[in-house]
Amino acid sequence: MSTIAIPNETLPRTGIAATLPAPAPLADADRKPLTKKETAADHPTWCPGCGDFSVLALYYKLIEKRKMLHENICTVAGIGCSSRFPYFVQAHGAHFIHGRALAFASGVSLSRPDLHVFVFGGDGDAFSIGGNHFTHTARKNIKLTYVVMDNFVYGLTKKQTSPTSPIGFKSKTDVGGSTDRPVNPMKQAISAGATFVGRATATNLPHLLKLMEAAMDHDGFSFIECLSECIEFFPGAFDAAVPRKGGTFTEIPSEHDVTDEYAAYKLCDAPWPGVFGTFYKVDRATKNANEAKLITDSRAKLAGVPDWQILQRNFDRMK
Amino acid sequence: MSDNTSTATTNDSSRTSAITESVIRIAGDSQDGIQAIGGFLARLAGRSEQEVMTFMTIPSTISGGPSIFQVRIGSGEVLSAGDEADVLLCFYDHSYANHISSLKRGGIVLYDSDHVTPKEDMLSVYRHVGVAISSLTVEAIGGTGRDKGKNIYALGLIARMFDLNVPKLTKLIEERFGGKDPSIVTNALNCFNGGYGHQIQGLIESFRFEHAEKTGAPQVVMSGNEALAYGIIAAGVRFGAGYPITPWSEIMELLRRELPKYGGMFVQTEDEIAAISMAIGGSYAGRVSVTGSSGPGISLKTEALGWASMAEMPVVVIDVQRGGPSTGMPTNQEQSDLNIACFGGHGDSPRVVLAPSSVEDCFYTAIEAVNIARKFSTPVIILSDQAIATRIEAFPCPDLQNICQDISPDFTPVADHKPYDLTATDGVTRHIAPGTRVASGKYPVATGLEHDELGHPTGSGKLHTQMNAKRRNKLRKLASELPVPKIYGATEGHVLLVGWGSSKGPIEEAVKLGRSQGEAVSGLHIKYINPLPNGLENLFNGFTHVVVCEINDEGLYGHGQLASLLRSRYCDPRIKSVTKTDGLPWKVKDILTRALALTK
Ligand SMILES: Cc1ncc(C[n+]2csc(CCOP(=O)(O)OP(=O)(O)O)c2C)c(N)n1
Ligand code: SF4
Ligand SMILES: [Mg+2]
Repeated sequence: MSTIAIPNETLPRTGIAATLPAPAPLADADRKPLTKKETAADHPTWCPGCGDFSVLALYYKLIEKRKMLHENICTVAGIGCSSRFPYFVQAHGAHFIHGRALAFASGVSLSRPDLHVFVFGGDGDAFSIGGNHFTHTARKNIKLTYVVMDNFVYGLTKKQTSPTSPIGFKSKTDVGGSTDRPVNPMKQAISAGATFVGRATATNLPHLLKLMEAAMDHDGFSFIECLSECIEFFPGAFDAAVPRKGGTFTEIPSEHDVTDEYAAYKLCDAPWPGVFGTFYKVDRATKNANEAKLITDSRAKLAGVPDWQILQRNFDRMK
Repeated sequence: MSDNTSTATTNDSSRTSAITESVIRIAGDSQDGIQAIGGFLARLAGRSEQEVMTFMTIPSTISGGPSIFQVRIGSGEVLSAGDEADVLLCFYDHSYANHISSLKRGGIVLYDSDHVTPKEDMLSVYRHVGVAISSLTVEAIGGTGRDKGKNIYALGLIARMFDLNVPKLTKLIEERFGGKDPSIVTNALNCFNGGYGHQIQGLIESFRFEHAEKTGAPQVVMSGNEALAYGIIAAGVRFGAGYPITPWSEIMELLRRELPKYGGMFVQTEDEIAAISMAIGGSYAGRVSVTGSSGPGISLKTEALGWASMAEMPVVVIDVQRGGPSTGMPTNQEQSDLNIACFGGHGDSPRVVLAPSSVEDCFYTAIEAVNIARKFSTPVIILSDQAIATRIEAFPCPDLQNICQDISPDFTPVADHKPYDLTATDGVTRHIAPGTRVASGKYPVATGLEHDELGHPTGSGKLHTQMNAKRRNKLRKLASELPVPKIYGATEGHVLLVGWGSSKGPIEEAVKLGRSQGEAVSGLHIKYINPLPNGLENLFNGFTHVVVCEINDEGLYGHGQLASLLRSRYCDPRIKSVTKTDGLPWKVKDILTRALALTK
């Protein structure tokens, strides 16, 4: 007879200051929107002028505007400059490994429908090492919001070619200019089955905020490619989309049918710097909903039966 | 069959010998339902309170290919699937050719005379009994022209030969085939009765198992993979993710099917990296989650495993070992993942490694793994292997009402939280799941960067040293709580045979065999591989030699993986190594002969 040497116990909480009183229960309605002061955590380690600051600022704003509560936000990232994001936000967060943030976040989203799960990261993290996860998270339509801060370069590792670097980009790994065809993130997302696909820049703040809000409200996998300049290794990359630098910021015309996949593809081929806004948005059952249904159906005949008895039935069949 | 047979004359003038145990090997092709015969026999033994252990090889090809199933049924303690068979049932010439040598001298070879031509020179060595199984099966079903069902016909023959309990077998057949098209049950029973009623030419005796005096809980019969999966459910795990690979797939298939009944889910991911990442995400979300794999899939998981170690996040990883490296030998047994389990990955990344010793132990080890993961906030790897995964055993039905656990997360608000508090009792910190309100407004980030007590990244060498110590010391604390294994046999002697994982049974049998031959051998089974329990050196001290027997390669320096670990820990030159990599379970005799030869 085998035994269990380490039994199941009620485990005490650790790292809890004894001096502070435990908070009194508070009705959510009584709680005020979180201010930037309450949402900001560590001061960002980014280079001054890095586009990622704007995305962070808008995330704070989004939390405030939508009256989200600290404890119900979950910010997840992989590795890269942009992926340092969770440290800068006062919310439950995880700084995972390079390229795998979506897989981790899917585990959170699928097991916790009560949370808002946001994932932030870079282009290398998303389309190179994490390419497989990008495809499958989109295909499964897992409910979460994914913002890729696309700077067309590897920032953290100091200027190597990224999967979105344009042909001819001179980097430390392509001193004569890159020759590999870059990924088109919008096409990639639509073909993979993402149900919300949008494009923005870190320089047009009202537009980005609107898009982030729409992404957050979408029931499914929502993806935003946000052009975010790496001032250090690819300065000026997105000037063509910045009016105050002589560029043009072209929004997707309002008559575009966001449920028309082919029309969306067409938009993806607009000449540089492309168009901005919601390319594609459809309603399709999320993995979260499909699994929830599976659970409801499986439990239909088991209402009120304790777990051990469900297991006992299986064991009885093996006698 | 054990030697103490007594013979009695029955009315129909054929002899019946009372036996205590028997090893039956069934050899054919996988599509013949070889496993089904074995399964029926194992289940019958379980229902008859007999001990049973099986061993099977299945080809890794999709359909077809030689396959065997070996059942050892006994009225006493059965520790291994048996070195030699008493009865060989073979369907084809190739089954005959490949397995005749597994038969004991004088053993019975029961062959399908439609397909097998016995070898002249074997006729004097083994007792040959030919039955036209294929054509008789066709006849029994009523001439559909197909011999599908010959496995059940053969089961009938075996039932007659061993005087097995026909009502119980009939019930098992009905349970197995019931619910489908009623003609399927009818056909199966016709096959069975055909075999049972066949007058076997040349077989003058039948055998009867002595009544087993087993009391206590009724037995359940299942495979190691099933036991692990059900153990995970009993432990309270409700989320997991995996990617298919033999022999792990069965576990994920079962969890995928069963977990929704408990309100849980299991996700089939795009690869093993996603699987472990998703499982860690599930753990982070509040409840210990599970993933698993075999062979190459384990290699893929190591980076994320390192994150769990660094971030101190609980997760359970099941490794059903198979022959490696690379794609290796997917359907063969090997114990060559001990190193990757204990040390795989870059950096110093302490984790816990447990290795169940039997099918029953798989069930309890799964629960223990979950409890350790939670209590010590650490990744835990369960090292099963192909043999234990596919083997079917009977064991007392666990007391599920008392065993099943609730490990629901605690979201009670806290005043403040230091996720990596260096002053925590026992040095163990546990993270608080999202959804938990922190009154101070300071929220934790679980991180793979080296960090300070609050989880902020740091480049401080001092903190890295302190945090490395924290991650390591909590496992030292666990070591102090682990039970010290007991020696099987005398506590002093010439040779101590040390094993881990599924070698427990064969090693204990080797001890019995050795003792019966006057050798001073004892056995020690190590279940907790990392950390090792404290005090093993005291056990070693009673012996002149400590011989570690494992199914892996002796490596560059002549020692298997556990032997190397024990030698590095104890610096004890008495620790020696016996290894093999033929993909098969240990033969009891081999363990003994090789250990004794090494310590002459
Ligand atoms: C497995 C692994 N490979 C490589 C790295 C090194 N690395 C860290 S970040 C990074 C690329 C970052 O580029 P991107 O994702 O575009 O983020 P950015 O820094 O530009 O925001 C690389 C290659 C790593 N951390 N892990
Ligand atoms: S290196 Fe580039 S991406 Fe990284 S912080 Fe600096 S500007 Fe931003
Ligand atoms: Mg980048």
